[in-house]
Amino acid sequence: MIRKCLRIAGLAAVIVAAVLLLIAALYVSAHAQQPAPASAEVKVDNFSFGPGTLTVAAGTTVTWTNRDDIPHTVVSTDGVFKSKVLDTDDKFSFTFTRAGTYPYFCSIHPKMTGKVVVQ
Amino acid sequence: MVENTKDELLHDHNHDGIDRRGFLKCMAWAGTGALCVMQGGVLKSYSLSQMSRLDGKPAMGELSFVQISDSHMGFNKAANPDVVGTLKAAVDKINGLATTPEFMLHTGDISHLSKPEEFDTVDQILKGATPRDVFFVPGEHDMLNDDGKQYLERYGKGAKGAGWYSFDTKGVRFIGLVNVLNLKAGGLGTLGLEQLQWMKNDVKHLKHSTPIVVFAHIPLWSVYPDWGWGTDDSGQALAYLKKFGSVTVLNGHIHQTMQKVEGNVTFHTAASTAFPQPQPGKADSPGPMKVPAEQLKSLLGITHVDCVRGQHALAVVDSTLG
Repeated sequence: MIRKCLRIAGLAAVIVAAVLLLIAALYVSAHAQQPAPASAEVKVDNFSFGPGTLTVAAGTTVTWTNRDDIPHTVVSTDGVFKSKVLDTDDKFSFTFTRAGTYPYFCSIHPKMTGKVVVQ
Repeated sequence: MVENTKDELLHDHNHDGIDRRGFLKCMAWAGTGALCVMQGGVLKSYSLSQMSRLDGKPAMGELSFVQISDSHMGFNKAANPDVVGTLKAAVDKINGLATTPEFMLHTGDISHLSKPEEFDTVDQILKGATPRDVFFVPGEHDMLNDDGKQYLERYGKGAKGAGWYSFDTKGVRFIGLVNVLNLKAGGLGTLGLEQLQWMKNDVKHLKHSTPIVVFAHIPLWSVYPDWGWGTDDSGQALAYLKKFGSVTVLNGHIHQTMQKVEGNVTFHTAASTAFPQPQPGKADSPGPMKVPAEQLKSLLGITHVDCVRGQHALAVVDSTLG
């Protein structure tokens, strides 16, 4: 009786382990298919945004960092987001929740333009 | 055109064309110091080394004033860690001029980040200058974060709209314009319809013989649009000034002296008191230009202007701080 119980317990343990492995494998594969981590960077350098066009998944938080000796801003052309003035090394972040194309510019140096494409 | 010496040019402005040869020569002097005098419709240009020939006469005009620009108080990067010191040097230079200027014009970027303490510091330093009055127009660095509310409270008393105004001194009409607000993506400086309409009415009743001095931060001529060095609707503003015999346009923003003569209009940009910027297209960006410390003051400066009423004479002289 004890031996039978042990056999059943051993079998159950194997099954549980197999199920756990399967769940883990499914979990990993599901997450591996996510397009990108939920954050992205834009550098402001030499009076330009890099990359000029950034493509991200919905839900991504984009962070701009000003690496120039001159202050800049990040202002959505359509009024969706607007940073305060960013001095050297200052950052501005915005989370894009909806798909679409978001053009933006530096309101101090309007020749500086860029866009974020959210898929 | 008559060229009588290597260093002195006479340009006949009775026709409407631009004397390109003379214009280029004048451009070549910009940055090292140039003096252009308009007398009776004839523009005379002298290099600073030739100024002794003038016997000081143009510098003894009826109205003398000084333009300073781009103090960028608060800037502390490698291109100039001591903008307080260089602004003080500019004041010393003004106080040392042979003719005491009646007032100063500051063509914007007083501060670097629109911080109250930056404006306070500039105000304090300028109190040390012999001319008591300072007339300001804003740069984009003076209207950060609040669309110019603080600037207007400090410097815009009696001004219209975003801070534009005009005044008369000794028969010369001065017009201060704002072209740094509501800038559009991909565009240049902007005056806007409201300001243009005001300007049109402001000059409508003036006699054609009235000398006009327009001052604004961003150049009102197309210096280098790729770097934003121009104003989208400046052509409309200049159209209102076509009837006048003598128009002088003074700007800052590009941190270097540059001059251009087009018909009745002389365009001039002043040096910064804070840091130099590269010549158009000569660098990856228009950012602050780092030069050896001993060269810095030779690239910063002030501009001294004389108007001689009756002779239509106007002299613009740049002097470096060192």
